[in-house]
Amino acid sequence: MSEVSIQIDGKVVAASEDMTILGAAERAGIPIPTVCHHEKLKPFGGCRLCTVEAEAAGRTNLVAACVYPVQADLVVRTRSERIDKIRKVLTEQLLAHAPESEILQTLAKEYHADKDRFEKEPSFCILCGLCVRYCAEVKQKNAVGFVDRGPSREISFIPEIAALECWDCKECFPLCPTSALQAAFVLMRSLAPAPSSIRASEKHAETTSVPGREQNNGSIAANDGNRTLLQANAER
Amino acid sequence: MNSEKIEQIIDNHHGEAGSLIQILLDIQNEFHWLPGEALDLVSKKLQIPLSQIQHTATFYKAFSLVPKGRHEISICMGTACHVRGAPRVLEVVQQITGLQPGETDADMKFSLDTVNCLGCCALGPVIEIDEQHLGKVAPAKTAELLKNYE
Amino acid sequence: MINSPAELEQLRQEILSKRNSNKARISICAGAGCLATGAGKVIDAFNAEVEKAGLTADVNVKGTGCPGFCERGPIVVIDPAEICYLQVSPQDVPEIVSETIKKEKVVDRLVYSDPAKNEKAIREADIPFYKNQERNIIGNNIKIDPKVIDDYLALRGYSALVKALFQMTSEQVLEEVKKSGLRGRGGGGFPTGIKWEAARKAPGETKYVIVNADEGDPGAFMDRAVLEGNPHSILEGLIIGAYAIGSHEGYIYVRQEYPLALENVGVAIKQAREYGFLGRNILGSNFDFDIKVHRGAGAFVCGEETALLLSLEGKPGEPRARPPYPATSGLWGKPTNINNVETWANVPLIINNGADWYNQFGTARSKGTKIFSLVGKIKNTGLVEVPMGATLRDIIYKIGDGIPGGKKFKAVQTGGPAGGCIPEEHLDIAVDFDELTKAGAIMGSGGMIVLDEDTCMVDVARYFLNFLTQESCGKCSPCREGVKQMHRILTNITEGRGKEGDIELLEELAMSTGSASLCALGRTAPNPVLSTIRYFRHEYETHIKEKRCPSFTCQGLVSYYVDPAKCDACRICFRECSSHAIIGGKNLIHIIDQAKCNACGTCFEVCPARFGAVIRISGEPVPARIPDEMRIIVRQRRVKREKQDERSLHTD
Repeated sequence: MSEVSIQIDGKVVAASEDMTILGAAERAGIPIPTVCHHEKLKPFGGCRLCTVEAEAAGRTNLVAACVYPVQADLVVRTRSERIDKIRKVLTEQLLAHAPESEILQTLAKEYHADKDRFEKEPSFCILCGLCVRYCAEVKQKNAVGFVDRGPSREISFIPEIAALECWDCKECFPLCPTSALQAAFVLMRSLAPAPSSIRASEKHAETTSVPGREQNNGSIAANDGNRTLLQANAER
Repeated sequence: MNSEKIEQIIDNHHGEAGSLIQILLDIQNEFHWLPGEALDLVSKKLQIPLSQIQHTATFYKAFSLVPKGRHEISICMGTACHVRGAPRVLEVVQQITGLQPGETDADMKFSLDTVNCLGCCALGPVIEIDEQHLGKVAPAKTAELLKNYE
Repeated sequence: MINSPAELEQLRQEILSKRNSNKARISICAGAGCLATGAGKVIDAFNAEVEKAGLTADVNVKGTGCPGFCERGPIVVIDPAEICYLQVSPQDVPEIVSETIKKEKVVDRLVYSDPAKNEKAIREADIPFYKNQERNIIGNNIKIDPKVIDDYLALRGYSALVKALFQMTSEQVLEEVKKSGLRGRGGGGFPTGIKWEAARKAPGETKYVIVNADEGDPGAFMDRAVLEGNPHSILEGLIIGAYAIGSHEGYIYVRQEYPLALENVGVAIKQAREYGFLGRNILGSNFDFDIKVHRGAGAFVCGEETALLLSLEGKPGEPRARPPYPATSGLWGKPTNINNVETWANVPLIINNGADWYNQFGTARSKGTKIFSLVGKIKNTGLVEVPMGATLRDIIYKIGDGIPGGKKFKAVQTGGPAGGCIPEEHLDIAVDFDELTKAGAIMGSGGMIVLDEDTCMVDVARYFLNFLTQESCGKCSPCREGVKQMHRILTNITEGRGKEGDIELLEELAMSTGSASLCALGRTAPNPVLSTIRYFRHEYETHIKEKRCPSFTCQGLVSYYVDPAKCDACRICFRECSSHAIIGGKNLIHIIDQAKCNACGTCFEVCPARFGAVIRISGEPVPARIPDEMRIIVRQRRVKREKQDERSLHTD
């Protein structure tokens, strides 16, 4: 694999041909914020916090560093007035969902984001997709997925699969930046009772309960279509 | 639910995973909704995880995960229709049927939906009932119109 | 099965010789629009009447593609005289058959006429709506029954394919398209030849060509008319493109909201296969190519190339990052070329007539003609094909004949939800890709929605953001959250909850959503907002500061009031009010109960013009209710003047 030379924030960086800007920056120790990125997962390009300016052949574009491939003589800027403004607004929009998320609070400090700028949203989930992608790509169980689209998009467990797989797994839980995942799981659990053996051990070591979150479960079952599907599956 | 019919639909498309949306459209057209059991069967036969099928079935608005009424009313909310008073037609139909878009009445007679452009833009406002397009719909005449449907 | 160009020519001559050009032909538009206003019954009536008159052997009746004069449908053209009848109903049919078919006399009341201008046109070509267009693509629609391949062959159909396969190399075909300057007609405006070249050069044996017939822009129906009305022109263009690129498999992605287009393209593919234009060894050329049709399932975002590809793979239409571009890595990871329906329709013309011929139409950087859907507040709604460079004024006034009802033009919205509104001061712009962009709009796929003084520009922005909220795929946060926030602010403004700082917040959200979104849906979502702020900022400010809607559109900001000086107690508004908000009775001046009124405007619409008693109020309080004793109208039969004097006592 041959190497190309790019510039990030004025620094010359050697990157291998198949790298993304994010990969090259990581190698060079230059930080770019991300929320939806994970080393074990295919890049998603959803949160857009990693937006950077990339200049090639005289044209500058704003691109997501986690998915944009490096090319020879690419000039990248990871901070600028425009980039910082974008990251500020994005953080504020996500904070409206999950004001207590650690990673969002860290971003808020750096980019001077105001958590009260936008009206509070009913759902804690910021749709980073880490849980969905981890379950699909790493565990290959597909117990949790996306439903619907646009602002109505949500995550949803398949109770049948979750009942079999999730009790002993829960590897996606620590990935969730906002604990919305735990909330979805707890709600899903109420629709499909666990096998009795597991219920006993669950009583002993409940690792998933997050104080104060259970009543703020977001809108997982609010979508009528979902409830029909989930209920139909749960009732069988 | 008729599993044979569903298997036949899947076979018509040679069980190809790429034809998932075409298969779901055929199931929707046949049964006027996508029963949960149908999605389970499709998942098994096409070897596609149910969570992905669920995403596809909820992403595309041609699909319904709840049964639809005998007569599906779609009110076009495209720009040309909007400018010619479609919101008023929608309001009147909502009043008459008692339904919000996305709902079906208790008798399973009418289902109401909005649609973003049927392509008859010169004739707005346009509504579609049972796949028939009706152009130049006057709000005052909609009550008459709907009486024709049992 | 035709096995050589010579056989095709022979067949073509046979078809032409069987079609006696003196034989009467009745063509009725059978596009979805005319069908929705009863054209089906007109076709049945003609068939029945012709049979009744014993003329079935002598007269040819057919349902055809859409010629675009939608305002005046159902449309009938009688050949060979080219007589065009408009707004034909089944009741007119017996007269047409007895007068025009049998006696060759014109039925005057059915031809085009404009009494105001003292204009009349009997021949289709003389009708001003058509005369001022350059109908290279859509002109053939009225001559073709889309379900009859021979109609297409009779008009030189598939001769471009023969020329490409047998007289040109694939490189030469590519060069010709490059030379023509054809730019994508779906909205991107990317040079088609260069796009084809990228796919051609991409490594790999398996390549795909795709027709994007998703046409999601609300208000645009050009692609529907071409695909429904002349499907073979698309097939021919696609096969030629496949040859130039080196592809053997094509897809046509049609939105499922177009069932007639799906039906007609299905019939066309079947017939094309029977004749040997699709399949193996096409016409003996050694070139193999075939097509599959996929239906969309109700997602505007699937008009975006990468989303369309995922939809073809059976997945949710979530756009993905580019690079890699579809030309190198597209459907199933293979090199893929996607073009819009109208783009493909241009290809046979370019090959048959040459790039030099094509170049005579259009401007320096936008060649050829473009079909626009001219809709909204315009007298002649329909499809308009003009050379690039025609002005907005010409399209709206010369062809569209201006605004109905004596209303004043306000703006024209072009480019759908990714586009913008252009006000009167820019009506002399030459319409091409670059000029529209400079004015803050885009050409988009060709939707042209005319707005008048009764349109609220803030409501227009709110409408588009509402649309985009429903259609956003939701994968990336700048679009999912930003579009929602912009929509929320616009809704608040139109409902009287606008605040100081809202415009600035909209502009900030526009910046972040427009810059950081993953795909063109998010990146162009701010356009309707920004263009209306640019040209109609005063309307925003009026809504926010004065809680007033200058065009009386925003229901939450408008009140209706019956002027006691004008009300004649005719009771029409009382009967029509669906909220039962009108208090009235015989000879009693009517009053609107503001608590029950939902500002639908029906009373305003139905109050007879000679009274004009209902007035609209916005931004001001409604006058106090007059005392009941002053509501009594005493009618004097003798002298009209006395009645007026009586009533003048009743005013505030």
